[in-house]
Amino acid sequence: MAQFMPLSQAVAENLRNGDVAAFEGFTHLIPTAAAHEAIRQGFRDLTLVRMTPDVVYDQMIGMGMAKKVIFSYAGNPGVGLLRRMRDAIENAFPRGLETVEHSHAAMANAYEAGASGLPCAVLRGYVGAGLKAVNPDIRSVACPFTGEELAAVPAHRPDVAFIHAQKANRKGDVLIEGIVGVQKEVVLAARRAVVTVEEVVDDFKGLHPNLTILPSWTITAISVVPGGAHPSYTHGYYARDNASYIEWDEIAADRDRFRAWMQANVLDASPEDFAARVASLRAA
Amino acid sequence: MMAGTENQQGFTPNEIMTIAASRALRGSDVCFVGIGAPSAACNVARLTHAPDITLIYESGTIGTAPDVLPLSIGDGELCETAVTTVSVPEMFRYWLQGGRISIGFLGAAQLDKFGNINTTVIGDYFHPKTRLPGGGGAPEIATSSREVYITMAQSKRGMVEKIDFFTSFGHGTGGDDRAKLGIDTKGPTLLITDLAIWKPDPVTKEFTVVSLHPGVTREKVQETCGWTVKFADRLEETPAPAALELKTLRDLKARTDAAHSGKAAPAANRGSKDG
Repeated sequence: MAQFMPLSQAVAENLRNGDVAAFEGFTHLIPTAAAHEAIRQGFRDLTLVRMTPDVVYDQMIGMGMAKKVIFSYAGNPGVGLLRRMRDAIENAFPRGLETVEHSHAAMANAYEAGASGLPCAVLRGYVGAGLKAVNPDIRSVACPFTGEELAAVPAHRPDVAFIHAQKANRKGDVLIEGIVGVQKEVVLAARRAVVTVEEVVDDFKGLHPNLTILPSWTITAISVVPGGAHPSYTHGYYARDNASYIEWDEIAADRDRFRAWMQANVLDASPEDFAARVASLRAA
Repeated sequence: MMAGTENQQGFTPNEIMTIAASRALRGSDVCFVGIGAPSAACNVARLTHAPDITLIYESGTIGTAPDVLPLSIGDGELCETAVTTVSVPEMFRYWLQGGRISIGFLGAAQLDKFGNINTTVIGDYFHPKTRLPGGGGAPEIATSSREVYITMAQSKRGMVEKIDFFTSFGHGTGGDDRAKLGIDTKGPTLLITDLAIWKPDPVTKEFTVVSLHPGVTREKVQETCGWTVKFADRLEETPAPAALELKTLRDLKARTDAAHSGKAAPAANRGSKDG
């Protein structure tokens, strides 16, 4: 059953040095507050899994927390490149970074396979693509019925998943709506799951019966962090802070400026600071 | 660069690129939209001659009608204006792999004459000179969409004889390379640059210039392309942007710039399918 607890406790109890950790969110509902808490607590040697490592993985990689990243698109969406991640890959700064690169289709299928309890995912993918030659995790199987050659990739089974969601009820069931990405799959694929939510409501009575709900017993810990996805957004609560993503490109371009920004906005900050960051982004 | 310079005819090379690309889309298309230049073209099509077009972004938004161009493939407005929003595994399994997409619309960092695209690395993969974002959805968009359109501004760095990495497969080394790999979709059938419209030769599959944008010379196309350009025997001139096309694109860009700089006032017709 999910337990409600402060974010510092949820991160301390569920993340360990050397873990395979997935902080998921497909542009929407990115668990920034949880990632910042992990940065403050100084975890090391993480293998970070995510389809779209964006600003939060740039920050974690720039702080030297990751030894490896498994991903399918490493960009600041619509803005450009991830400069701290590039510095790690191209110059081993602040440490070298191993990369395991997939396509979106393969990553999404791998999470689904993990949630399904399968050892691998099968897809019609990577035909003619160069990634097959540089990622030994991309293999092929023949369909036993038609003989068609299909791609196979190992299932994702993270030690811990972190996601952000709209709300929990008092029992600890969690509601996600809008662009739901791979969050349901990553929670069900992971051994432990930590969810930050905008708010807690008494119950989910009157909601559409097919909304994406993760039952309390699929989740390890829930922390209430209003604004916890910023500069990403929470559908129904506040908008994406596109200006912050554009600004990040400049901050991350310079090692010293990055470090100063992290000190002021992450290391010297707390989960409670997120609410003020989204105040002007809330719908009137 | 010339991108922002308006020519004597009153439009920029980037504007004619976007507008020429938009004209290639039909209302019956189900289009998987890449971010950037493809996104602008697809939305201009929707706001002008193809109001019924189905635009799909890989974040899971199906039949979306944003009032401003999204900065990312998952901006909130894509979901708010969509017919439905599905999970990302469903997007790639049922809708793309399932064969529901008529046009995959891609941009490119590096492109060769057979429509193969690199958005992964410049230089060696393991010791890159420049690490680019990577493929995202493109490797499978390129093979599962029934056809692929590509749009990019021309440059010698971008249009090269040999790409550094095969992020997504076009026509390989030409001819029937796709069929040899068991791919049963058409692959790249159209390339729209800021200077010209290109189509693959029916046999060799090499991109060939079929139409020059107004005021563009053959020499200009060759100067900004890294391979020896082939021109069709009957070379056409791309019609100049109509007033409505240009106004639609400029209004869209203005709304977008205002929204993304944080100075936005939501437009009155937010969510309207017919703009």
